[in-house]
Amino acid sequence: MHKSIIWINLYIWYREAIFEKRYLNNYLNGENNMKKLLSIFAVLAFAFSANAGTLDDVKNRGFLKCGVTTGLAGFAAPDDNGEWAGLDADMCRAVAVAVFGDRSKVEFITTTGKSRFPTLASGEVDMLARNTTWTISRDVNLGFEFVGVNFYDGQGFMVPSALGVSSATELDGATVCIQTGTTTELNLADFFRLNGISYEALPIETNDEGKENLFAGRCDVYTTDASGLSSTRAAASNPDKWKVLPEIISKEPLGPLVRHGDHQWGDVVRWSLNAMIIAEELGVTSENVDAQMSSNVPEVLRLLGVEGNYGEMLELSNDWAYQIIKQIGNYSESYEANVGPDTPLEIARGLNALWTQGGILYAPPFR
Amino acid sequence: MNEMNEVRKPPVATTGIIGWLRINLFFNWTNSLITLFVIYCLYQFIPWILDWTIFSADFKYNYLGEQITNQEMCSRNLDPENGGACWAVIYVRFYQFIYGFYPKVEVWRVNIAYFMLALALLPLLYSKLPYRKYFLYFTYIFPVIAYFLLNGGLGFTEVSTNKWGGLLVTLVLGCTGIALAFPIGIMLALGRRSKLPVISMMCTLFIEFIRGVPLITLLFFGMVMLPLFLPEGIDMDGLVRVLVAVTLFQSAYMAEVIRGGLQAIPPGQYEAAKSLGMSYWRMNLLIILPQAIRISIPPIVNTSIGLFKDTTLVIIVGILDLLGIGRGTLADTNWLGLSYEIYFFVSLVFFIFTFGMSRYSLYLEKKLKTGINMGAD
Repeated sequence: MHKSIIWINLYIWYREAIFEKRYLNNYLNGENNMKKLLSIFAVLAFAFSANAGTLDDVKNRGFLKCGVTTGLAGFAAPDDNGEWAGLDADMCRAVAVAVFGDRSKVEFITTTGKSRFPTLASGEVDMLARNTTWTISRDVNLGFEFVGVNFYDGQGFMVPSALGVSSATELDGATVCIQTGTTTELNLADFFRLNGISYEALPIETNDEGKENLFAGRCDVYTTDASGLSSTRAAASNPDKWKVLPEIISKEPLGPLVRHGDHQWGDVVRWSLNAMIIAEELGVTSENVDAQMSSNVPEVLRLLGVEGNYGEMLELSNDWAYQIIKQIGNYSESYEANVGPDTPLEIARGLNALWTQGGILYAPPFR
Repeated sequence: MNEMNEVRKPPVATTGIIGWLRINLFFNWTNSLITLFVIYCLYQFIPWILDWTIFSADFKYNYLGEQITNQEMCSRNLDPENGGACWAVIYVRFYQFIYGFYPKVEVWRVNIAYFMLALALLPLLYSKLPYRKYFLYFTYIFPVIAYFLLNGGLGFTEVSTNKWGGLLVTLVLGCTGIALAFPIGIMLALGRRSKLPVISMMCTLFIEFIRGVPLITLLFFGMVMLPLFLPEGIDMDGLVRVLVAVTLFQSAYMAEVIRGGLQAIPPGQYEAAKSLGMSYWRMNLLIILPQAIRISIPPIVNTSIGLFKDTTLVIIVGILDLLGIGRGTLADTNWLGLSYEIYFFVSLVFFIFTFGMSRYSLYLEKKLKTGINMGAD
C-alpha cells in the first residue's frame, strides 16, 4: 500500500522533471526542489513511524543520530580531537544526555544545506540541529516540527571599511556574494527590490568561499547570517578593515527540528532545550547544580527532579534535566563557550539574552 | 688518409648543454623572449613561495618558540611581517586528515589497510616483481580483507562509516570506484557494440543516461532515492550509497573510453579471430580487449584521475572526505582563517596521487608499446 503511493509519487515527479526540465531549476534552487521528493518521504517516514516512536527507536539503538552541519564556526565543527563542538553540537548532546544520561551517546551525521531535509525525512537522523531557520513552509509544508529556537540570528551585510558605506540602502549596483539555496538569497532579493536598488549576485557555496571572494575584492558585499559574518570577520588578518552594516534584514530563528507526527519525541527535544534556558533563568549552572539540589526554590527542585515526576511524563529518567545541566551546562554556559564574547567570534548576547535581560530568550515555566 | 679517418666532433652549438639550450629554449627570437619572460616570472615567484611555505613558515612552534594550538598563535597573526604559512594546523589535525574520526584505539587497522593497499597495488604496478603470481592472489582478496579490517566483523569491533573521513574516504571512494568501474565499463562497452538489439539498447540507454546527468545528481540519487528502491527494513550505509553512485558514474565513462579503443581495432583482427574458430568471449578476451585497452590507457587514466578528484563532491551529501575535513577544520573557531594552508595541503595530497597515476600511465604506455607490435601503431 505505502509502496504503491511512493511509486506513483516517484513517477509523477520523474515525468515533471523530464518534461519541464525542472532538474536544472531544482538544482539551482535547493529548497523548492526537495518538496516533491519530501512528499514521498513524508509517506515513507509515516509508514515507518507508525511502527514505533522515535524515542523507543533511539533507546533501542543505544545512541542518538543527530544531523549537524559539515562545519560552521561556533555551531558545529570538529575540534582537534575529532569531537564535535558548538552550540548545535551541544543541543544534540543535551538530547543524548536526556535520553541516556551520557553525553557521548550521540552520533553526528554531517549534512549540507541541500541534504539536511531529506536526511531527516528519511529517518536517517532522529533530529536536526543544523542552524536551520524556522519558516512556515519548512514547519508546515516539508513535514517537520521546529521545537524551539536555540539562536536568534538575522541576515546582515559586511563590506570593506574602505568602501565608505554606512547603510545597506547605499549599496546600489554592488556585487553581492550570496550562498545559494538558502533563505538569505530570497531575503536579499526582497530587500533590494523593496529599496528600489539593484545588485549583481556572485553565487557561492560555502561561507569560506564567500570570505575569500570578499577579501579578494571580487564582491563588494558579503551577506549571510550575522553569526556567519562574525566568524568571517574573525578570520580576517585585520578585522578592522571590515565593517558589518547596521541593517539586519531578516529574522532567522535557528532551532532544532524533528519529523512531524511524533509528538513524544518532539517533546523530549523541546524540553531538553527549554531545560537549558530555564536553568539559566534560575541561575543553575554545571558547577552549582549539585548544591542546588537542596535549594529552597520550588522550580529548581522540579527542574532537577527532586520534586515531581516530569521525567516520567517524558518517559525519561527523573534526573534528565539535572544530567543535562551537569554534563552540558545551562544555555548561557553553552553560548559563552561556543559563540560568546570570549570566543574569537565575539557575538554579544543581543536578542539571545534572557527576556529578563533585554533579549527575547524565553521558555515556558517548568511546572 | 689519417685526417680523413679522424672523427670530427659536431659543432659545439648543437651538442651538450649549450646545444640543448639553443634548440629547446633559444631557437629563435620569440622562443628566447618567452624563455626570458618565464625565467623572470620564476625568479619573482620561487623565492616568495619558498619563503612562505618553508623558510618563514611555522611548523609546530611559532617564532617565539611556543607550541601553536590556535590561529592567534601563528607567527603571521602575531606579527604580519614575520610569518609565512602556519602549518601547525596540519600538524594538529593530521590525524583527522588521514583517518577522519576513526577511533584512535582502532586506527592500526586503517594503517594495516593502507599498507596492504600498497602491497596489493605492487604486482599491478610492477610486472617484474618476483613471485608476482602470489602477490596477485593477494590483490584479488584484498578488497574482502580491507572491508573487514575497516568496517569490522570477524572479531574486529565495528566502526561505522560515519566515523570514516579524510584521506580514508577519498581512497576508499577513488579505489573502489576505479576498480569496480573497469570491469563494468568493459561489459557495457562490449554490450553497446553487441549485435543483440536488447543488450545494445540497454547498455546505450544506461550509458547515455548516466553521462547525461552531473555526478552531483547521481550522488543525491544514491543518497536520497536509492533507499526507496530497496525492500523495506534494509538500511543501506551512507557511504555504500555514495559508492554505488560513484561506480555507476565512472562505469559509464569507462565504457565510452573502452568503446573508443574497441573501435580502433581493425576488422581484420575480428575476422582473424573468428577464422580460427574462437568464440565471442575468447575472441574478445584474447585478441580484441588486450589491444583495445592498450590503446585506451591514456583516456582510462584520464577518467580515473577525474573520478579521484570528483570524489570531493561527496561533501554535498554530507560525507567528510579529505577536502571536507579541511573545510570542517576551517569552521573550528581555533583555526579560522587558515584556508591557504589547508587548501594548499589538500591540493598537495591530491597532486601526489594524481601525478602518481599519470606517471604510471606513461610507464605503462612505454612498456606495452615495446611488447606486442601491431598494425595500428
